[in-house]
Parts: sequence; structure tokens; C-alpha cells
Amino acid sequence: MNTSYAQLAQALQPEIILIDGAVLVLAIDLIFGRRRTLATRLGTSLAVGALTLVAALVASLLTGALGPVYDNGLVLDTLAVAVRSGVLVLGLITLGVAAGAKLPRHPAEYTAIILFAITGFTLMAAANHLLIGFAALELASLSLYVLAGFDKDSPKSAEAALKYFLLGAMATAFLLFGFSLIYGLTGQLNLSDIAAVLSTQGGLSPLLGLALMMVLVAFGFKAAAAPFHLWAPDAYEGAPTPSAALIASASKLAGFTLFLRILWPGLGHLSGDISHAGNPAGWLTIVALLSLASLLLGNLAALAQTNLRRLLAYSAIAHTGVMLLGVMSAQISGVGPLFFYLSTYAVATAGAFGVIAVLERNGGCERITDLAGLGKRSPLLAGCLAIFILSLAGIPPLAGFFGKFAIFAASLQINGVSSPAGWLTMLAIALSAVALYYYLIVLKQALVAPPAPDRATPIRVPLATTLTLLICAELIVLFGLVPSLLLDLF
Amino acid sequence: MNLLPYTIYVSFAGAALSLVAGMRSAAAARAVALLAAVSAWAVALTAAFRFTPSSEVLTLIDLPWISRLGIHYHLAVDGISLTLIVLTGLAATAGVLFSWNIEKRTGEFFAFYLALIGGVYGVFLSADAFLFFVFYEIAIVPKYFLIAIWGSTNREYGAMKLALYSFAGSALVLAGLLWIYASGHASGFSLSQLASAAATLGHPSQVALFALLFTGFAILAGMFPFHTWAPTGHVAAPTGASMLLAGVVMKLGAYGCLRVAMPLLPGGLEFWQPVIAGLALIGILYAGLVALVQDDFKFVIGYSSVSHMGFVLLGLAVAEPTAVAGAVLQMFSHGVIAGLLFAVVGRMVYERTHTRQLDELRKLPLHRLLPFAAVVFVIAGLASMGMPGFSGFPAELTLLVGVWKVSKIWALLAALGVLIAAAFTLRVIQVSFFGKVEPVDLNRLERVEDNTLHLHPYAPITWPEKAGTFLLLAATILIGLKPDILLNWIVPSLQSPLMKVLWHGGAQ
Repeated sequence: MNTSYAQLAQALQPEIILIDGAVLVLAIDLIFGRRRTLATRLGTSLAVGALTLVAALVASLLTGALGPVYDNGLVLDTLAVAVRSGVLVLGLITLGVAAGAKLPRHPAEYTAIILFAITGFTLMAAANHLLIGFAALELASLSLYVLAGFDKDSPKSAEAALKYFLLGAMATAFLLFGFSLIYGLTGQLNLSDIAAVLSTQGGLSPLLGLALMMVLVAFGFKAAAAPFHLWAPDAYEGAPTPSAALIASASKLAGFTLFLRILWPGLGHLSGDISHAGNPAGWLTIVALLSLASLLLGNLAALAQTNLRRLLAYSAIAHTGVMLLGVMSAQISGVGPLFFYLSTYAVATAGAFGVIAVLERNGGCERITDLAGLGKRSPLLAGCLAIFILSLAGIPPLAGFFGKFAIFAASLQINGVSSPAGWLTMLAIALSAVALYYYLIVLKQALVAPPAPDRATPIRVPLATTLTLLICAELIVLFGLVPSLLLDLF
Repeated sequence: MNLLPYTIYVSFAGAALSLVAGMRSAAAARAVALLAAVSAWAVALTAAFRFTPSSEVLTLIDLPWISRLGIHYHLAVDGISLTLIVLTGLAATAGVLFSWNIEKRTGEFFAFYLALIGGVYGVFLSADAFLFFVFYEIAIVPKYFLIAIWGSTNREYGAMKLALYSFAGSALVLAGLLWIYASGHASGFSLSQLASAAATLGHPSQVALFALLFTGFAILAGMFPFHTWAPTGHVAAPTGASMLLAGVVMKLGAYGCLRVAMPLLPGGLEFWQPVIAGLALIGILYAGLVALVQDDFKFVIGYSSVSHMGFVLLGLAVAEPTAVAGAVLQMFSHGVIAGLLFAVVGRMVYERTHTRQLDELRKLPLHRLLPFAAVVFVIAGLASMGMPGFSGFPAELTLLVGVWKVSKIWALLAALGVLIAAAFTLRVIQVSFFGKVEPVDLNRLERVEDNTLHLHPYAPITWPEKAGTFLLLAATILIGLKPDILLNWIVPSLQSPLMKVLWHGGAQ
């Protein structure tokens, strides 16, 4: 064991800052917040939270890619640094969304729990050990359950939290079962050691297959891949908007990174081969099936939605299908395309939730038709929403287009169009034409339809949220025009 | 010469500026839009004057863009693209003039309009397939909003149908390009790299790929049976947008067929040639016959566009230099003439009479009420029929001569299409402008305008309309009298290294 605690402390600086910041947020609110208004308390908490995130971001960038840390329990490679930074930026966006959303009842607690969740995400980004990964995932998940149910006045929020919690807890049970089987079969917890043992064992024993199944079921739950997606529409619909933004963005980025590490470096020997139909099966086959189901279900179910958040949830499921394609091809093309896709998708979705949050404070935004006349009521919101939605739809020159393009180009590298991955890619391309329909329906309300008579007043957007939305929109355009900025990191 | 990329930048900058200007006043937005369209066109014309025809594709700019995938920001021009760039400038300028009366959300209108134009310039200038595709898709979204916000009859349906058809087409194209890139292990997306990658694929793959790519592009070119977006879209669109749709956007599809699908996969073309020619002929004849029985003036023009684009597709399909040159000339000619027809119908007539129903127009003495419109429409109609002296004549003649060399039956059937075009054009001229004069519906005349002049119950034709008309008429007559201007650019370009593969009967 070459455990160096000094190195560990250096590697975990961002996490230390985050935890300290969360405590500070609580303390400041407890000491100074007694007689202030809710708005002031929220403002203070968010400001301290944002400073904490910026400090953590700086620390994370200064620490850089240290490589294996703490006896290989954490791996701070380029991916980990990129995902950590991405998650912290998404945290900032979430706080910006919270600044424009309905006031939570306990602003300091809300902010602190967001910071705890982000701590979980940053750890997930670097975890290279089953137990560390599990603990990080649980830290993040438990925070997210609380965040989903934070609006105590809303029965929908309670429903969202309960569903998310029950299904998430079940997924956790599956995951832990899977991990214990893997531990039992290999005697190792560290992903590198597991890979080493698996390479000597060779072949997929029935028990290992069972373990794989369990891990993938949990992965499916966490990533909201069909058929394990059932919590997503309810959670997206009921959770307070900033929570939904966090669940939809940073949680996806960190979750996919963790499972990418478990699957490729850890269980890569069990991947099987999908370059031809009928080749030996492994987890790639199951991931391909999950991708297929998500693509079909997400895109087709989204067509029938009238609620904007449920539409975003089904669109998220459809996007999960593409991300799973990215997971499948990560071995061949590297993690660049997947990271690009995940991060730009996360920014666009978080931004869209930011627009929803502001609208909710100004008369509500349940149904898609509530967007009517947005272009007149607030050109800023309408313009930003158009950029986010078009990016999700994959229209160039926005980042979403290039993300799709890169993943498709990568997944076709597996074996052209004659492999199941190739068929999936072709299906995904075809379904992107279907997806344009529901995205255009959203934009039609926002930009074409006249405002409803009772909701024709201009919307005032708080400064912090304005900045957040503009930065999100600029990031989407920037990464669309110069994809190499992100792609050449890896 | 190297200024040509600025057509793209000027258009996009104009889009942004007119959005800003539109917040202050509609007049400012119009001025900005006109300025942007004219300057882009001026750049194109300057480039055209300095252009020396050659079989080389002239690279304008070539920068690495996404090095990981070998994608370059590579703009280039040859005679074919130059022809279409000049057309784009012309159609864009005329379209702005004919959109002068847009009062609702003027700034946004011209922003979407110029963004569409910028995308179109980009497509014609791209020499990298990825870049081509990016611009191709940039052109889709503005069309949706132009129609959905400012359109007329059934606009939301027409807009959505058009957007989905276009996007479905571009999805096919994307699938095809990625397939070539991945299966052929191409090192980049330049057309020549993709061509050599495609050449390594087997014949069955080439055949399937060609079907993907060609269908994808041909949807936008209005190929039967994927043409149905065109009439509904054209009819729903505001005049300026119809002019662009018929004038240049349909050309994007045909240009994609010629520039991407055909040279990359000559083997596929050989296989599918009879099918495409057959579909093109069905399109010519069927759309012509449908145009003959329409009740809505604009639908007649919409279907006539489909019919004329059938000629273009036929010319491309036969893969014979004369026919292809004729097809490119026909693209130019149709762009100008269709713009003119839509301008008369949509702007001059519909915005004054508020009807496009032929049996209602029949009751109006339009040749007396709107003599300018009547004269212009008659001239445009003659040009559209392929009368000598107008651009349609040399275009269709060259095209048919080329087709004749390959198949006499196809040429004869296509010539039948020319007759049908004459029939529906004459019918619509007769019914709409020279209808029964006696039973003038006085109520209608009074309802339309508060103008007290008996003979001119409609607002007089404005100067932007006259200016736009003049530009388009001048172009069609100039090319009608001297088609060599364009043919001299086009013909050498057909011998460029990429195009040459087409004339040797296909597969290597």
C-alpha cells in the first residue's frame, strides 16, 4: 500500500472546499439570516455557494491530472478533471437557475444540499474503486432525493421525491448486490485490480453475468435509460426547477463517467463483441438493447407530451440512448465524443430549465402552451430557449449537433453499418428527424404563437439568471463553432 | 475573387443587424436587409466578372476546423456554384424588395430571411462535406419560422411539413456521409477524400448509399413522390420566402445531388439512373397535370415548380455533360422565373385582392385593375413555358438535347412536359388576369381599398415591387439572349476531377 495522505488531501481539495462552503452557507444563514427576508437569505446563500464553487473549480484546475491517487482508489486523469470542472460549472448554472426560480423555504439548506450533491458528483468523476464510487454515488443520490422533494407545499414535489427515492434505492440495492458479486468473484474492489483478475479468468461465468446484469440495471436507473426510466418524467415534472436542472445535467455527466469507468477499464474484458450480430455477448449487448429502447421510447413518447418538463424528460431519455452509443464506442474512439455530448447536453438542458424557472415565477409554466408569446414577453428568454432547444434537436452550428455527429461517427467506427451499433446509429439518425417535431412544437409556442391574454406582461429576469442563461447560450454556440475546444482535451 | 466567403458573413451579420434594427423601426430593418442582400450580391457579381472559367475548383479558404475528424473549413468555387451564388444574390435581393410591406415583426423576418440566405451561400461554397451539411441544416430552421409566423393559408401545417421533410432528407444525407466516412475509413470529410473512401466500398454498398444520399437531397429538390412539401410550403409561405424556397432552396437539393451524391457514388448512379429518370419524368408530367386543375393561383405555381425541378433532376440523372449543363442552367432559370411568378401571385395580386382562388379572380378584370402585374405575369409565364428569348428556352433546350443523346423516349416524354407547362400557364393567365370582365363584383372592389379611383381600386404597385420585377426580368432576358455567359462557366467545371467520373459510365 502506497497510500499518501498528503497526495490525497491535495487531490481532494475541491471536495474539501465544497464541504467547507456548504457548512459556511449554513452557518452564515444561521447567524445572520434570522430577521432577513427570504429573498436576502437566498441571495446570500447562493452567493456564498457560487464563490465556493468557483474556488473549487480553481482548485480542481490547479490540481490538474495527478494520475492515480490513494493507492489507485481515485484516478485523476484528464477525464476526471474535465468532468469535475464540468460538474462544478453546471453547479454554478444550477445556482443561477435557483436565483430566478421560486423561493425555496429554507434557502441555506437548499444551497448546502446542492453543494453536497456536487461533492458527490466530483467524487464520482474520479472514483476508481467500487466502494468509493458507491459512496460517492449515494452521497449524490441522497442529496438529489432531498432536493427533489424540497418544495413541501407541492404534492407533486413529494411524489417526485418519493418515486425517485424508492426507485433509486432499489437501483442502489441492485448495484450493491452486483458489486458484492464482483468482489466475491474477483476478490478485488479496485477497478484496475478487477480488470487484472478478469483478464486471467477469461470468459463470462454465469455469476459474473448476473453481477453484470445487476450493475447495468442500476446504471439504467441512474441514467434514466428505458425501460428503467419510469422515475424520470415524474421527477422532472415535480421537483423544484433548480433540482430538476441538477438531476438532468450534472447528475447525468457524473453518472455516465462513473459507469464508463466501471464498464470499460473495470469490466472491459466482459464487454463481448457487437461488431457482428451473433458474436459473443457481454455487457455491450445489454447496453445496446438499453440504447435501442431509450431511443425508441424517448423519441416516440415525447411526441405525445403536453407538459414541458415531461417533454424534456422524454427527450432526456432519447438522449440517453445516444449517450449509451457513446459508451459503447468509447473503447475505440476515446471518451472525447461522449464527454462532448454529455457536457453540451447538460448545459442546454440546465439552461432550458433556467428558462422554465423564470417563467414559473411569472405565472407558471406547466404546459407547452404556457410558453405562448414568450418572444414578445421576453426576447432574452425566447432567444436563449431557442438556442437550447435547437441544440437539443441537433441543429448546427450549435453544440448539440456536433455532439451527435461525433458520437455517430465514433459508433460507426465499431464496424460500419453492418454491426448492431451501426444499425443503432442509423436508427438514431432517423429518429432525430422525429425529434425535430417535438422540439419545433416547443419553439412554435415560444416564437410563433401570440401571448395568452392573461399572460401578456413582460417578464423581468433577475440579473444572476440573465447572466447564467447568456453564459449557457454562449457556451452552446461556442462549443458548436469550435468543438475542438472540448474534443482536443482527450 | 477571395471576397466570395463574405457573401456568407455579410448575410449572417445582416441577419443579426436587422434583428437589432428591427427593435427600433421596421424601416431600419428593411434598409439593413436590403443593404446586406445587395452587398452580398455585389460581392458575388464582382467575383463573377473576375471569374476565369476552368476545370479547376478554386479554393477560397481552407483552414483546419475539427482536426480530430479531419474536418476543414474549406470554401471553394467553380462555375456551377458561381452560377448558383449569383442566382442566390439575385433572388435574395428581389425577395427583400418584395417583402418590403412586411409590417409584423419586421426585424425578425429579415433576420430569419438573411440567416437562410447565409446558409444557402454557405452550401454553394462548401467543399467539405461536413461544412456543406452544416450550412444545409442551417437553412432549415429559418424556413420554418418564416412560414409559421408570416405565412398565410394553413401556415403552421405547411411550415412543419416543410421542416420535417427537409430534416428527414438531411438525416438521410447525414447517415450516408457518416456511412462512407466510417466504412471507407476516410481520413476526412472533403469531397475528394469521401470519394476515394466510397470507391473502396463494394457495389451493393454504393448502390444503397447512393439511394440514401440522392433521396435525401432530392426531397429538397422536390422529386416525386417526395415533392408534397413543396406546394403546401410554397403556398403557405410569405412572398419573399416562397421566392427563396422555389428560387434557391429547391436548388440546394439539386446541387447536393450533383455535387455530393453523384460524384461520390458514380456506381450507384449507374444503377439507379432509370429509376431517377422515371421519377423525374413522372414529376414533370404529374405535377404539370396537377397544376392544370388547381383552384388556388399559388398552388399552380407551386406545382409548376415541382414540374420544372423534374427537368433538373432528369438532366442530372442522365449523367451526360450537355444535359447536366442544361440542368444547371435550368436551376438558374427556374430560380429567376419562379421568383417572378411567386412575386406576382403572392405580392402583387394576393396582397391586394386578398384571394388566390381562381374562380374569384376570374370575376375581376385584373388586367385593367393591375395592368403592371398582368404584363409581368404574361412575360414570366412565357418565360416559364420556355419561349425563345427567355432563360427557360436555352435551359430546357440544352437539357433536352443532352437527354436525347441518352434516351429518345425520355426526351420525348419530357418535351410533353413542356407542352403541359404551356397549357397550365396559359390557362392561369387567361383565368386570373383576363377573366370575364362584365360581371365585376363591385362589392369586392369597394371592400378592398378606400381608394376612390374607379379604375384603380387597389393600391398602386410600389417602387420596391417594380425594382424587384425589373431585376428578375432583366436576368431572365439576359440569360435568354446570351446563355453562354453561364454556360461558359458551367461547362468547363463539369470536367473537374470530381465530376469527370460521371462521364465515363460510372464505377471504376
